[in-house]
Amino acid sequence: MRRSSVFHAAGLASAALLAAVLAGAAAAQEADASLLAGACASCHGTDGRSPGSIPPLAGKPFAVLSAQLAAFKAGEARDATVMTRLALGYSDAELEALARHFSQIEP
Amino acid sequence: MISRRNLLKSIGATALAGSALAMPALARANGNAAGRVVIVGGGFGGATAAKYIKRRAPGIDVTLVEASGRFYTCPFSNLYLGGLRDFDSIGHDYAELTGRYGVRLVADLARDVDGAGRTVTLASGETLAYDRLVLAPGIDFRWDAIEGYDEAAAELAPHAWKAGPQTKLLKAQLEALEDGGLFVLSAPADPFRCPPGPYERVSLIAHYLKTHKPRSKILILDAKDAFSKQGLFTAGWQALYGDLIEWVGLSNDGKVVRVDAAAGEVETEFGTIHKAGVLNVIPPQKAGFIAHAAGVVNESGWVPVRAETFESAQVPGIHVVGDATIAAPMPKSGFSANAQGKVVAAAVVAALGGPASPEPVFANTCYSLVGPDYGISVAGVYRAADGKVVPVEGSGGLSPAEADAAYRRREARYTLGWYAAITQDIWGTAA
Repeated sequence: MRRSSVFHAAGLASAALLAAVLAGAAAAQEADASLLAGACASCHGTDGRSPGSIPPLAGKPFAVLSAQLAAFKAGEARDATVMTRLALGYSDAELEALARHFSQIEP
Repeated sequence: MISRRNLLKSIGATALAGSALAMPALARANGNAAGRVVIVGGGFGGATAAKYIKRRAPGIDVTLVEASGRFYTCPFSNLYLGGLRDFDSIGHDYAELTGRYGVRLVADLARDVDGAGRTVTLASGETLAYDRLVLAPGIDFRWDAIEGYDEAAAELAPHAWKAGPQTKLLKAQLEALEDGGLFVLSAPADPFRCPPGPYERVSLIAHYLKTHKPRSKILILDAKDAFSKQGLFTAGWQALYGDLIEWVGLSNDGKVVRVDAAAGEVETEFGTIHKAGVLNVIPPQKAGFIAHAAGVVNESGWVPVRAETFESAQVPGIHVVGDATIAAPMPKSGFSANAQGKVVAAAVVAALGGPASPEPVFANTCYSLVGPDYGISVAGVYRAADGKVVPVEGSGGLSPAEADAAYRRREARYTLGWYAAITQDIWGTAA
């Protein structure tokens, strides 16, 4: 009984540790995206919290942001204007990092 | 099998990692950076640098030297001239920078910089010591470039190329113009602040004249043979204003060499005299005064910088952002200054003990309104290579020439959205 609860606790602890390590890795990537993301803020507002007619980015699901950026870069996004031209300036990895960065910000 | 000792270790590690994660990632990474940063100029580049240094490293002491309590933006001053906005809506203050981010605001002018001793002297005589200096001085005019066009002449024939009383003066003159009168704009050769700006200005003044004084005309006298978004502007003018706007380039004797502001007359290179009802002279420009005093300007009148950090190529410890810099092919735009301000913030934090700055990427988008529902843009993405700003091949470019009315409407809407966002991003006051 005691033994099994120790195992249980150990399992929880290592899961938490793994989660912490993963979150740490994501945070490191986020820090890197912070300079990349500066360019987005010029039209989408600080941290992607848009005050105007340009869509906000903060808190949008990663999959949505990532798919939209990929569509801009491929020239396949509907009703796109300037993003079709800007997305071509970034690598796929950078666009992924940006999508992750904004998905993790509270809207 | 996990020993009790290892279990405790891993729990401890988890707890530590957990508490560290509770802090914002950037504050944790950069919180130890410390030092004194002085920023001269609270426009697009300077105010951006102030905010983003504080966001990256709140421990850095940031002093912003800015004489005016309220900054009026050159971007969107054309909307005011065209009657689309009021003047107050293009003014922004420093309450968020001081209140929320802890930037110290010094309402004064910088008079001199000692790059070796790392001090800035203010007009009041006070001296500020710095570890890193950021100059964001914008532009000054070359008052000796056009015969007869000096500061006194600008009180009669405004430049309105720094937003403020000059902008209001030009607006008042347009309102007093009789129906059938001629508005003449003299545009400078490259490089100058806001390359599409003169052409957006005539567009929105054309909108005003067409609405209120439909017999009036506009003449642009240009010291160059090509201008930003020329094809898009020309097509837009045709579509919205017919033959109201005439453009005369350098090769067709468009360069103004003499101004008689009292008479409202200009003379071009080959001796043609044009008489204006309202005369707007945008003179040739150079980096703002304090850049010259600091010794960061070269023979071109502008500031060479290393693109990786926007640190002066001539004086170590001084970063320069915005219109004053030589950053071509990035244009001299508010958007560029905003992008450069963030790169400088990362570089300054790195120089003061923070982590190395990631490789910079700069973006720019210049929106222009040809009419209230007719927007056009040019965009670019840039990186740094061997100290120079270089465009990313295949990226950026103009709005398509053949776009439909819905596309132009969308870009007009995004023009307004851009202004709301960038002013919020810089001064925290969305317009």
